[in-house]
Amino acid sequence: MNSSTSIFQLLSITPPGWGGVLLTGAIATLLISFGAYLLGMALGLCGALGKLSGFRPLQLVLQFYTTVVRAVPELILIVALFYAGTDGLNRLLSWLGIGPVQVNGLVAAVAVLGFVQGAYMTEVLRGAILSIPTGHLEAAKAFGMRPSQQFRRIVLPSLIPNALPGFANLWLSVIKDSALIAVVGYQELALAARVAASNTKQYMLLFLAAAVLYLAITLVSNILFSALEGYFRRGQRPIN
Amino acid sequence: MDFSWIIPYHELLLNGAFLTCLLLVISVVFGFSIAILLGIAQVSKSRLLRLSAKSYCTFFRGTPLLIQLWLIYYGLGTYLPHIPGLRTSFLWPIMREGLFFAAVALTLNFAAYQGEILRGALLAVPKGELEAARSVGMSPLMILRRIWLPRAIRIGLPTFAGEVILQLKATPIVFSVTVMDLYGAAYKIRQDTLLVYEPLILVTVFYVALTFLITQLFQKLENSVPVRR
Repeated sequence: MNSSTSIFQLLSITPPGWGGVLLTGAIATLLISFGAYLLGMALGLCGALGKLSGFRPLQLVLQFYTTVVRAVPELILIVALFYAGTDGLNRLLSWLGIGPVQVNGLVAAVAVLGFVQGAYMTEVLRGAILSIPTGHLEAAKAFGMRPSQQFRRIVLPSLIPNALPGFANLWLSVIKDSALIAVVGYQELALAARVAASNTKQYMLLFLAAAVLYLAITLVSNILFSALEGYFRRGQRPIN
Repeated sequence: MDFSWIIPYHELLLNGAFLTCLLLVISVVFGFSIAILLGIAQVSKSRLLRLSAKSYCTFFRGTPLLIQLWLIYYGLGTYLPHIPGLRTSFLWPIMREGLFFAAVALTLNFAAYQGEILRGALLAVPKGELEAARSVGMSPLMILRRIWLPRAIRIGLPTFAGEVILQLKATPIVFSVTVMDLYGAAYKIRQDTLLVYEPLILVTVFYVALTFLITQLFQKLENSVPVRR
């Protein structure tokens, strides 16, 4: 159907080719994923500490948050939050007497995916915190550390190796979930590939190119995460 | 909150719910069958089999389902009509539908995730049991059929329930290739009535209820398999 030269022409970086569009899309995907990941981590840390706080109403609210977000399909959550978020913000602004704003697609995508990630992060971090031996915490208390010191010196360093496998999974899933943002019309890698494909009619080639880009991102992430885990587990006795 | 649209649209919604369940069942059943082959291939002695099964799993687990779906629907879909004889065959009315491509994409995706789980489960079967099977003179195929695979499936059962729920949560994506599943129905209602939240809420309730049903089903299944601890 197409000779090898036209493949290179189609995927070249400069405008007649679509490689540049795909790469820009890949960068957008990475930006969205990274932003959502950090937001999710912050939400997850608050959520995990809240769940372990022993304050009943807060626990119930967080339980509701994590259960609902993890039970509802991501696509529905993203669509609902995307519309509800922008709609709610504009209502709030008009109530405050400020005109409606056009919400930046990137910000909305990060907020929505971050909110979803936060629920999963809460559970990962909660599990990681619970797996810290109580003896370590008691020892810290016995030394007279304040709660903030305990958290910084004991809890945080010892939860990271436990949480890293979960973090790695969530990073891979946020990259794949970010493709769903294409449905609400923000141009990241998936939508960029679709635009390029429908313009050139080379569906197979361009979607395969996008798949390869995603695969490259995930494979590189895998290597980085195993290096990271090796770093944080230094000094621990290897199992088996 | 306005739910009066349910009555005129109930047929569309029921049909959508049926399609969602159909896609789930098809992809889980066929995906699991492929996954068994993938799992066995990944622990086999042949390097070629191991490598190809591994790359299949890596590809499908490393790319978003949306891309796979579009790749199969738009990419493969443009080549299918060129296969001689296919357009006139009795399969064509099924194979030109979005539903067919959606089912294929979901099946292949599920197989990759489940294949990886089965690989782990096959490796987790205690060596002693396999040695015992060999020592009573079972052939390798018989060991696989009677001991290795059943034990591995039992080991992988708890994760299997989770995978099925993840699969259910992945199905709404098929609306992007014109399949009128439950989410597709909600999307159409939104376009017709301009109501954003109500259809989404209804659909969400259905998905959550189905999730609950699946967990209960697997709980029963797990309890019905005897284990000695």
